[in-house]
Amino acid sequence: MSAASGTRGWLAARAPVWRALGQIALTTRRSRNLTVDGAQELLDGYRSLARDLATARRTLTGSVVTTALEGVYGSFHALIDRPPRNSWAAMLRLLRSDVPAVMRSLRAPLIGVTALFVLSACAGWWLIATFPELVGLIASEEMVTKVEHGELWTDGLLNITPSSVLSIRIFSNNIAVSIAAFCVGVFYGLGTFYLIALNGMMLGAAFAFTHQYGMAGALFKFVVAHGPVELSVICIAGAAGLSLGESLARPQLPSRRESFQQRVGELAKLFPLLGALLIVCGLIEGYVSPDPSFPLASRLVIGACYFLVMLAALSGRLFGAGRAG
Amino acid sequence: MDRDEFTIASATGVEVKLEVAGAGSRAYAFVIDFHIRLILAIAWFVGFALLSIGHVFPSPKSHDTPTSYILAAIVPALVIFFLYHPVTEVLMRGRTPGKRAAAVRLVTTSGATPSTGAILIRNLFRLVDSLPSFYVVGLICTLVTARNVRIGDLAAGTMLVHDRTDALAALVALGSLAGQTNLDTAALEVARDLLERWRTLEDSHRAMLARALLRRIDAGADRLALEMTNGPELRARIESILNGGAAQ
Repeated sequence: MSAASGTRGWLAARAPVWRALGQIALTTRRSRNLTVDGAQELLDGYRSLARDLATARRTLTGSVVTTALEGVYGSFHALIDRPPRNSWAAMLRLLRSDVPAVMRSLRAPLIGVTALFVLSACAGWWLIATFPELVGLIASEEMVTKVEHGELWTDGLLNITPSSVLSIRIFSNNIAVSIAAFCVGVFYGLGTFYLIALNGMMLGAAFAFTHQYGMAGALFKFVVAHGPVELSVICIAGAAGLSLGESLARPQLPSRRESFQQRVGELAKLFPLLGALLIVCGLIEGYVSPDPSFPLASRLVIGACYFLVMLAALSGRLFGAGRAG
Repeated sequence: MDRDEFTIASATGVEVKLEVAGAGSRAYAFVIDFHIRLILAIAWFVGFALLSIGHVFPSPKSHDTPTSYILAAIVPALVIFFLYHPVTEVLMRGRTPGKRAAAVRLVTTSGATPSTGAILIRNLFRLVDSLPSFYVVGLICTLVTARNVRIGDLAAGTMLVHDRTDALAALVALGSLAGQTNLDTAALEVARDLLERWRTLEDSHRAMLARALLRRIDAGADRLALEMTNGPELRARIESILNGGAAQ
């Protein structure tokens, strides 16, 4: 038998096997839960493809058959090597142990970011207190006019926008800011540094500006219910961004790429919980903060209680971390 | 075409070779996906507006836009637009309609199907890749990195590879033909490829290729007669040989 007819015979003999593999691949892609037999069939198919590819690479180098087998083998590899479906147990593990572990690892950058935020807020206060004409840098003309007439820009907010719409707008914006604070850490942490400093400066400046017209108390009353958690979450996201920058500046693994990937994988576990906290913040800011019927005391209670809930959630205790053991 | 290959060790000991997709394939997939999500979002918005005119849903009156109208018309449209990529990539296991059209798929650096977490991380970093606008950062990153990846891929440990969806069908077809003909494998591949591309080739080109192929697989063929044979006859002759007919 010549080599050519041998190869032809091999191809012809394998055709029915490859046809059957096509059916297996189709079933596997469509099925959410493979049976043991189905999984075994898939593994057998993968092994037989590996043998076929090894044969083709040796005897049919550079041929269409080899190229096609490379493609099929690659797609079977992805079919075999796929993550398990996210289960309730995985979510609980994330909330009970992963998030607290990440928070512990963020202790130093969190202190740094909080200090940066506070210092920037002080700088913002000083800037506007010393040079009141610079208020145009942080507030629109409309906001300035309102405050000059003894009104906060948040007064009557509910007459313009309904609470539900306001909440969606606010939490979308806050989530975007938090994600940005994290992601721009990719620029060796500098992006996060500027973003946190800018936010702190604007908050300090806003308080300084309203203070000049005797309305800092009113602004405090507006922010106290949602502010503690909202600002904390932004600082945590900023700490994550700085930590991301550090993984690039001072890689702990052989390459920057690996170090960056590993750190992103760890830090990203925070974001489902941070997102949920910000959604509730948005609801408070849409329904409670602009509503004048809520007295300061109830706002203080809401702000403090929600802050405690946040601490419990981030430490995993809210989800039974201490009891799970 | 010279394409970048990425090799991964596998449990069987036979390496997996994946073709890394370049900036062109990425851009092609993105443009298709962008238009799909734009059309879906606009369709929802316009559809809702039309239904509200027909009083199926409350319509907004003058300046007093009802909250329910905003929530039901605008929010879903925005959700479709912004969550299209993560949702389709999770549901279609690393593919989107655009990626499918561009014949690319998302895999991890170990060739595996990416997890939901990896897909979400990849999409979070769109924020950086899209800076300052029109994905300039992402495009530059794609052009300068070894595996043509953007920052989102670097963060998630993913990459885009070419997806040979028709590879299995080609294998089965070649295997079936190999059982019917006496042609060697190389000639068989060329013949099948030519017949597959027949309609897309210009008359003169396909006739030239068919004659060249017939001269190779049929040494006894009359060259002058081949020159006089027209396209449909050339095709029929190749098909006949593939189906087991003897070369003349």
